[in-house]
Amino acid sequence: MRVGLFIPCYVDQMYPQVGIATLHLLEKYGCEVEYPADQTCCGQPMANSGFEHLTQGCNDLFIKNFSEFEYIVCPSGSCTLHIKDHLHGGDGIRKKIYELVEFLTDVLKVESLDASFPHKVGLHQSCHGQRGLKMSQMTELVAPPFSKPEKLLKMVKGIELIELTRKDECCGFGGTFCVAEEAVSVKMGKDRVADHIHHGAEYITGADMSCLMHLEGILRRQKSPIRVKHIAEILDSKG
Amino acid sequence: MSKQDHAALADAFNKDESRVDWHDQTLWFVREKRDKAVNKVPEWEWLRETASQIKNNVLSNLSEYLTQFEAQAVQNGVVVHWAADANEHNEIVYGLLKKHGVDRMVKSKSMLTEECHLNEFLAEKGVDVVDTDLGERVVQLAGEPPSHIVLPCIHKKKEEIGEIFHEHLGTPAGNADPQFLTHAARLHLREKFLTRKAALTGVNFAVAETGEFVVCTNEGNADMGAHLADIHIACMGIEKLIPERKHLGVFLRLLTRSATGQPVTTYSSHFKKPRPGQEMHIVLVDNGRSTQLGKKDFRNSLKCIRCAACFNTCPVYRRSGGHSYHTAVAGPIGSILSPNLDMKKYADLPFASTLCGSCSNVCPVKIDIHDQLYKWRQVIVQEGYAPVAKKLMMKTMTWVLSHPSVYHTAGKAGRWFMLNTPFTVNNGLNPWWKGREMPEAPRESFGQWYKRNRK
Repeated sequence: MRVGLFIPCYVDQMYPQVGIATLHLLEKYGCEVEYPADQTCCGQPMANSGFEHLTQGCNDLFIKNFSEFEYIVCPSGSCTLHIKDHLHGGDGIRKKIYELVEFLTDVLKVESLDASFPHKVGLHQSCHGQRGLKMSQMTELVAPPFSKPEKLLKMVKGIELIELTRKDECCGFGGTFCVAEEAVSVKMGKDRVADHIHHGAEYITGADMSCLMHLEGILRRQKSPIRVKHIAEILDSKG
Repeated sequence: MSKQDHAALADAFNKDESRVDWHDQTLWFVREKRDKAVNKVPEWEWLRETASQIKNNVLSNLSEYLTQFEAQAVQNGVVVHWAADANEHNEIVYGLLKKHGVDRMVKSKSMLTEECHLNEFLAEKGVDVVDTDLGERVVQLAGEPPSHIVLPCIHKKKEEIGEIFHEHLGTPAGNADPQFLTHAARLHLREKFLTRKAALTGVNFAVAETGEFVVCTNEGNADMGAHLADIHIACMGIEKLIPERKHLGVFLRLLTRSATGQPVTTYSSHFKKPRPGQEMHIVLVDNGRSTQLGKKDFRNSLKCIRCAACFNTCPVYRRSGGHSYHTAVAGPIGSILSPNLDMKKYADLPFASTLCGSCSNVCPVKIDIHDQLYKWRQVIVQEGYAPVAKKLMMKTMTWVLSHPSVYHTAGKAGRWFMLNTPFTVNNGLNPWWKGREMPEAPRESFGQWYKRNRK
């Protein structure tokens, strides 16, 4: 199965280890993975700020880089959702792009993992993955619970998933919101972090590095020993 | 844009962090009550879908339902008035009061009259209006607008309400016992109910089939006002219609569970015809609603039944307070309704959201609130209401991200600066850094690593 690896711009530049873990995981499950070198960004930062009309360049680049693949996989729910909802002229692409977790559970149908992470871990449900891609049930709805990231994390040896008081509250990153509405963004992040701390997390994980980057910034400002790790890094940890 | 935008007002609200915590927890408690209540109704999602479809039908046939409603109401002996905008609405109400020589009126909860700024209008004409909903009375005495459409004084602590009552109602200083204060308000309001000849109420649902309207309150204040007054004026937006009486069985089940977690409001009062000797008036108000109805992307915001569930769930609202929205209807729904009323003034509101989508999920009539926030952002920028600095930043970003070689060079340069001259990013000019550390820049990007290891 030929997979085009889409690594969001900020992950490429700031969190290469997340890209590496994603690549490892896909290769481990027999995918033939290729990373098109000319990729940049899905265009979401502009579009969510009201400048969708400026995203044609990103849009065209994306189509050029990824049209040929059977699947496109991305370790970010938010960027994946943006492509699914807002890519113009790439109908085929919109149907074959997957966020990493859902690709593992729904396409590769992973039932076991050779991974070990003997730590207390809090799962941050990033909104676009959860409410947008429906990776987990949402607390607002009267509907049976499920969680794709939790399902995978429970296959990791030694991991202890903590419960949270607010299971799926937004962390306040929100793209350009994080600087445009700095005060509320930081307060939301502090409150999210406090929930994880209160329940004894050693690590906060999630399927979107952008939320984790925001929470990491707050944790480090607080000089907290708690670390963030993208879910790919935990799933790819040595068994 | 108003004097201060949402971000600035929210920043001011956040100067007192313990107050933000209190505000957040108070409203989160209401969200949790809502969750408990809706989870007791196994057919909840079916109810939401049904309500949504009923309202879609209403919006698609609004003129027919309005005409039907008017004909029925007239037949019932009610006088029906049509107001194109806020000013016409205010003039109609004032005209009725003037005709009867009335200069004092009681008014139960009506967000429409807040939207039309009726109280200020009537005050200028010398008419004294007493808001009889307890929360509204509190903010009225405080000289503030409501901060929440269901819980108007939710931003006030009980000690502050004690002070307001001490100042205006003469309760003992320092007494903040809710039961005592409620009793004081009851005595104060009873005198108003008994002496006012005119009562204005809002309308929650107007039934096209019968010409009746339903007013939902927990305090019975709409009934007290309407039953004691010689003139009852009910003001409603034209979108408040439902086709048939039986549809109330859907909406009344949804409304209060969504709003406060109660199974139903204490009073769901049906008004159909005036009692002998009484005059009953209905004012049907457009005020931008027809315009919104004509906008494909935004029309279904008119399905709103004003439950405020989107306020209570909104993580931004809970941490910025209702007044930061500087509009009558705050919260996520206000952010998609207000730009229709005045795009320039409310250009900031669709950006006061992380687009987390929780609002759309709690909405009992399934308005796609967060998608509309996204769409309003596009419209506002296209109409030229984006700040110049932001436009410039977006154009630069677009240029970098549309050219892979520029992107690679910029990425390398950016990481070099972060690694070698951290002071260039860790300073007061960087709003990220104010409350957060910057991420630690790695030596190489994923792209560089990939080239070394896989190609």
